[in-house]
Amino acid sequence: MSNLETLESGGHTHAHAFDSKKVKREIWRITLYLTILTIVELGLGFLMMPWPEDSLKRHLVKGVVMALMLWKAFYIIGYFMHLRHEVRNMIMVIAIPATLFIWFIGAFIGDGQSFKNLRARMDPYHVERAKLPMEVTEHEGGEVHHMEVPERNAVQTPVDSAKNQIHQ
Amino acid sequence: MAHTAAIHTEKPSKWSGGSSPFKVEYGKLMMWFFLLSDSFTFGALLIAYGTTRFATIGWPDPNVAFSKFPGIASNAPLMFVSLMTFVLIISSVTMVLAVQAGKEMNKKEVVKYLILTIVGGLIFLGCQAWEWNHLFHEGAWWGANPFANADGSQSTQNFTNFFFTITGFHGFHVFSGVCINIIMLIMTLCDKFEQRGHYLMIEKAGLYWHFVDLVWVFVFTCFYLV
Repeated sequence: MSNLETLESGGHTHAHAFDSKKVKREIWRITLYLTILTIVELGLGFLMMPWPEDSLKRHLVKGVVMALMLWKAFYIIGYFMHLRHEVRNMIMVIAIPATLFIWFIGAFIGDGQSFKNLRARMDPYHVERAKLPMEVTEHEGGEVHHMEVPERNAVQTPVDSAKNQIHQ
Repeated sequence: MAHTAAIHTEKPSKWSGGSSPFKVEYGKLMMWFFLLSDSFTFGALLIAYGTTRFATIGWPDPNVAFSKFPGIASNAPLMFVSLMTFVLIISSVTMVLAVQAGKEMNKKEVVKYLILTIVGGLIFLGCQAWEWNHLFHEGAWWGANPFANADGSQSTQNFTNFFFTITGFHGFHVFSGVCINIIMLIMTLCDKFEQRGHYLMIEKAGLYWHFVDLVWVFVFTCFYLV
């Protein structure tokens, strides 16, 4: 094999003396782990189904589900995509840029949270709107319904009409 | 001659040329870079969804919105999406087995596992088509959300907008993956890789297919579970 050929193929041109059985055993082991993690995730999903939406225990279980999601991602990237068995240079060239996600998620989710606290909970429009009940029609006939969210002007909340009077 | 000998006794740097510092071929490295950039595209979509959800008071309950299973009249939340998840995981496993068979230069096994992977991808796409069709007939679409918030209050259209955009973008990736796998299957059947002496192309297609599975892990958790 010429040197150039080695370069182009990254040194993997021909079948190497690897233990095929060992590799296949690893594949099935990871499949088992992924299956177990998915079943645990679903179990937690069913467990928290009847719990109230804003309860602490529900938030905690959601956090656990997120952690399991990252665990599954690690198995898929590390073993199915083979990244764990690559050389260190290769791992780092993917892993280091991916750490940008830490900032990405933190900054934007934090921004959403602060929008809710500073605006959605303070702005009378959002506050009143959050109290409006929504009529839900049953769709058994398979017909298409288009329920439009009322425009700002369409819903005359007491606050809105008060505001309009001020503007007039 | 003494000079040459001196050079060879030094430990060569990984970056001094003559060897691949990443020990992967060019195409595979570029596939990794593409997938990294693609993960930021999906990341941006999912983080926009998360930000909107954090900024909104109230949100529809996914167990109410996605509670149907074809052929079952009663409510079955999480069941259909679990089926889709397992289909995609199994097709990822058959893909990794196809890659392994390629490394062993075993054409027959490559063909077998590629066909299984393609079938898995098509089943997943079929499931998604059914779900989209069902939701459309319930009145859900871009710009129309028939589901009230979990507490019964007026919901926004963000719920369906994000759902259709993100699962649609993922479904399009699955579709491209199936097309790529079909091309790989045709190339295998035409002995293209036997002539080249290696099945490295299958590895690149495999990376893409695993990435599609990886994204589904996140979409599944963010839309259906939490």
